[in-house]
Amino acid sequence: MLDTSRRIATPEGIELTLRLAGPVPRALAWAIDLLLRAVVLAIIALSAAALRQFGAGIILLSAFLIEWLYPAWFEATWGSTPGKRAFGLIVLNDDGTPLRWSAALTRNLLRAVDFLPAMYFTGFVTMVMNRDFKRLGDFAANTLVVYREEKLEIRAIPEAEPQAPGFALSIAEQRAIIDFAARSTGLTPERAEELAQIPRSLIDGAPRGAAAARLVGIANHLLGRQ
Amino acid sequence: MRQIVFEQLHKAQWEAFERWLDRGDRKSKPPAAPGVALPDQDIPRAYRHICQLLALARDRQYSPDLIDRLNRVALRGHHMLYGARGGHPARVLFFFAAGFPRLVRAEWRLVAAAAALFAGPLLLLLSVLPFHPDFIHYFIDPAGLARFQEVYDPANPRLGMRQSDDNVMMFAFYIWNNVKIGFQTFATGVLLGIGSIFYLLYNGSQIGAVAGHFSGTGFSEPFWSFVAGHSAMELSAIVLSGAAGLKLGSALIAPGARSRKAALVQAARPAVRLMYGAAAMFLAAAFIEGFWSPLTAFPASVKYAVGCVMWAFVLGYFLFSGRGRAA
Repeated sequence: MLDTSRRIATPEGIELTLRLAGPVPRALAWAIDLLLRAVVLAIIALSAAALRQFGAGIILLSAFLIEWLYPAWFEATWGSTPGKRAFGLIVLNDDGTPLRWSAALTRNLLRAVDFLPAMYFTGFVTMVMNRDFKRLGDFAANTLVVYREEKLEIRAIPEAEPQAPGFALSIAEQRAIIDFAARSTGLTPERAEELAQIPRSLIDGAPRGAAAARLVGIANHLLGRQ
Repeated sequence: MRQIVFEQLHKAQWEAFERWLDRGDRKSKPPAAPGVALPDQDIPRAYRHICQLLALARDRQYSPDLIDRLNRVALRGHHMLYGARGGHPARVLFFFAAGFPRLVRAEWRLVAAAAALFAGPLLLLLSVLPFHPDFIHYFIDPAGLARFQEVYDPANPRLGMRQSDDNVMMFAFYIWNNVKIGFQTFATGVLLGIGSIFYLLYNGSQIGAVAGHFSGTGFSEPFWSFVAGHSAMELSAIVLSGAAGLKLGSALIAPGARSRKAALVQAARPAVRLMYGAAAMFLAAAFIEGFWSPLTAFPASVKYAVGCVMWAFVLGYFLFSGRGRAA
């Protein structure tokens, strides 16, 4: 299945859905992080240059910290590096909980291997070979990179005079009609009308050009509006 | 139950829960949305209720928007409740007092294997090169050798560094360079252990070749009095990094009664804990190497003695520390 969602079971006996992030957004997030790291290091280097040898020491220390600890620190405290945040990504444990230090360090120390032989080739090959888009570091640390859920508002379903369908509808059919009603406000009237022609038996008897309105009416009925 | 009725009945509850989450996310600020937030003690119950609502909404096939919304609220609650961040300073202390040496003893087979891979070529070359100093050219290029000869010149007032170099810079350089070697030795272990084995053999032979080469020349005393102090910390840290890498590799080669993936996950935990310890030892080694080892104010015998004390301390630490009662 070409499906990038993953379900995790929680102790409450329900399943939560996570949307996995593939190689492309992750590579771009990495590129942003690389740029950020280079800028920070350049600023440190410029300000430390005046201190000569002592400054060189500071630069080397910062280079070490920025290279190895920057991603781990961000992932352990904020869930994602600035680059990942820019793409709406977050790193989670396999069970959907936020990362702690040991997992964050594991997945980031193993970058050294995923990078081999150049530009994360190993990591990329591993990533596209499993359905969770895990690189080697993710396997060892048991982590996932997923999309951060944005704040979703429930799309309002336009109010209309509720109309009962002429016959019983299956749950899938009901759902399709409610979906249509929710989307109808974003469609051009022509396209909405065109789509509404599909369930022929439901719109029978509706005047020409009023098929969409009829479906919205049925949706209102299905939702339980009085 | 129709969706509208369901929303009317329960909307207030998930909104109140979301307000509590929003408040928890940014700690000091007052809630952005109006309305009363739930008191903290009601949260677990409220969370379970949200979970129940999500399951109901899925089962009744309500609109995807509503299900996504509830999924998001439940997921955030899940993060908040199960993502509690532990971490107490005392745990760090306990790790170095007992946990780390216990872990090293528990993994003694891998540590012994890594030590053999590292010390084998080191000792071999150390015993051969004093009699054949020219063999060094198989291991180090002329430029590298020239640098070593410059820094171990007996006439130097400070050992192991160019005379223009600063102690702090060298300290930083040792961290940058040595910890990187340690991390590489560890990480490449995930390639069935091959990377760790390579780095152990490689570093062992490099170090052994340089040590053997200088032992046969007039540079012997400056060289040994430089490396004596930090050798215990640094060499043990390399061996432990290799052992941590072999831990990953062996989990993939011989996973036992688990899938290779599960075995790797299980092996990664102790392996990373070994790396915490190894990184701390690299740090200590860099400090000694940067500030104590270059000193020439003390005679070589004092520096050898300090080196022996350090070895005794490191070995005693790994053999005996944390053995007492179950702390």
